[in-house]
Amino acid sequence: MTRLANPFPGGDPLFNHGLDLTVIGFVIVKTLIVFGLLLVSVLLYIWFMRKVIADMQNRIGPDQAGPFGILQTLADGIKLFFKEHSTPARADRPVYLLAPFVSALAAFLAFAIVPFGGIARLGTHTTFLQLADPPVGVLWLLAMSGIGVYGVMLAGWSSGSKYPLLGSVRASAQVLSYEAAMGLSIVGVLVHTGTLSTRGIVLQQTWQNWHSFVSQWLWLPAIGAFVIFLIAATAETNHPPFDFSEAEEELAGGYHIEYGGIRFAIFYLAEFMNMITMSAIAVTLFLGGPSGPKLGFLNQGGWVNVWIVPVFWFLLKLWVVLYATVWLRASLPRLRYDLLMDLGWKVLIEAAFLWAMVTGVIVVGQDQHWNLWIVTPAAAVAALLVYGFLMMCVPGKRELEDIR
Amino acid sequence: MTEFYRQYLSVAVLIGAAALMFGAMLGAGRLLRPNRPQPEKFITYEAGSDPVGGWGQSNVRYYVYALLFVMFDVEAVFIFPWAVNLKSLGVYGLIEMAVFIIVLTLGLVYAWRKGVLRWA
Repeated sequence: MTRLANPFPGGDPLFNHGLDLTVIGFVIVKTLIVFGLLLVSVLLYIWFMRKVIADMQNRIGPDQAGPFGILQTLADGIKLFFKEHSTPARADRPVYLLAPFVSALAAFLAFAIVPFGGIARLGTHTTFLQLADPPVGVLWLLAMSGIGVYGVMLAGWSSGSKYPLLGSVRASAQVLSYEAAMGLSIVGVLVHTGTLSTRGIVLQQTWQNWHSFVSQWLWLPAIGAFVIFLIAATAETNHPPFDFSEAEEELAGGYHIEYGGIRFAIFYLAEFMNMITMSAIAVTLFLGGPSGPKLGFLNQGGWVNVWIVPVFWFLLKLWVVLYATVWLRASLPRLRYDLLMDLGWKVLIEAAFLWAMVTGVIVVGQDQHWNLWIVTPAAAVAALLVYGFLMMCVPGKRELEDIR
Repeated sequence: MTEFYRQYLSVAVLIGAAALMFGAMLGAGRLLRPNRPQPEKFITYEAGSDPVGGWGQSNVRYYVYALLFVMFDVEAVFIFPWAVNLKSLGVYGLIEMAVFIIVLTLGLVYAWRKGVLRWA
């Protein structure tokens, strides 16, 4: 298993020759294109979700707007533009207006670090097909999902109403809890890659031959982290079976009850953007991002193989993951809220710690040529012993009753 | 200007452009939608009945979770650099991190014993 060094340690080569108006123009054009793509993906995803779930439940699903109802989401969106919307009298107006903005901005900015293709050359400029490659890399994702919580929290609080407040504290506690687990699961990837930059992580998972699927792509070397990440990301995006931010039964809606019209649409958009972003991050971290086999019958260095094929592989992987999210939505019933919090704090965080330590030992062992057949089980046993000892200090059900 | 800051400049341009686009969406909504205010439309929603009382209450338990999260978020600041530089730190780094994580988990176990992670 060889991992390649990052040929672009300084980040996006677009900025290598200083900064002028053309470079800023490039950034703006890339932003517009990605914004458009993300918007279209959200529209398509919502239609796709409704159609697939309808199929799984023996229904027809949306079929009126456009062929196969593909324009249904667009029609819904346009309708929401024309809906009257009044701010409740008890709302804290500035914060109330700010909240959807914060939510959507955080959701969009999180996508910025996703590498969705290879490298593009236009004239004298070379750039990554990726909006931004800040040195903090995946920490950017954690920061943005942290800011996204503000959107939810402020929306619920500023509405000046009871149900939104309940919904928002519940949703933000959930998102925060799983963000801790998600951050720790990402550590399981970083010990393999040794870099935070998403471009660097993707470059280390390059496709060499069919064996790369299991040896280079990190889903198998970091399988524990992968599983934890998938569960945490599902909870982080409030996706079923963890969809507690919107619960018609208990909350009469969720944190956005008092929002209507386009502001509600923005929240809705942000939610699905988050879903797509998380799937894209899963593809980036564990499934090789845009890497995949090139088309053999074409020129290896030709524009199809350099530009189009990586984007194709990225989109294919993204939609496979998105299909899995729809599948999850259609097949699993909701958890109970206390079980959700228990899963996050009492299982996933500890599991992520264990996984990070054991993979850490394996990676260092490989580096220093230890005998891995001895070191790996020893590390696993030691970690489990420490874990078992700590868990012995944890109160059982009966003791908890006493504390009460 | 160093390479480091140039990467962040693209982030700044990005934030500006994204803010403008969402601003345009919200602004378009403002121009397009009708506005016919009536007093009933400004009452907060309470499942059909007239709203009672002022601000709502929520369980203090959520805030304890938020505090716990702060602990784990700060810890990420220490763990991420360790993971990135794992190979150069070697065995020393492994032992240090094991001790660090055990101490951290002790904090979680303490909270657990205190009944913080318990509902209802």
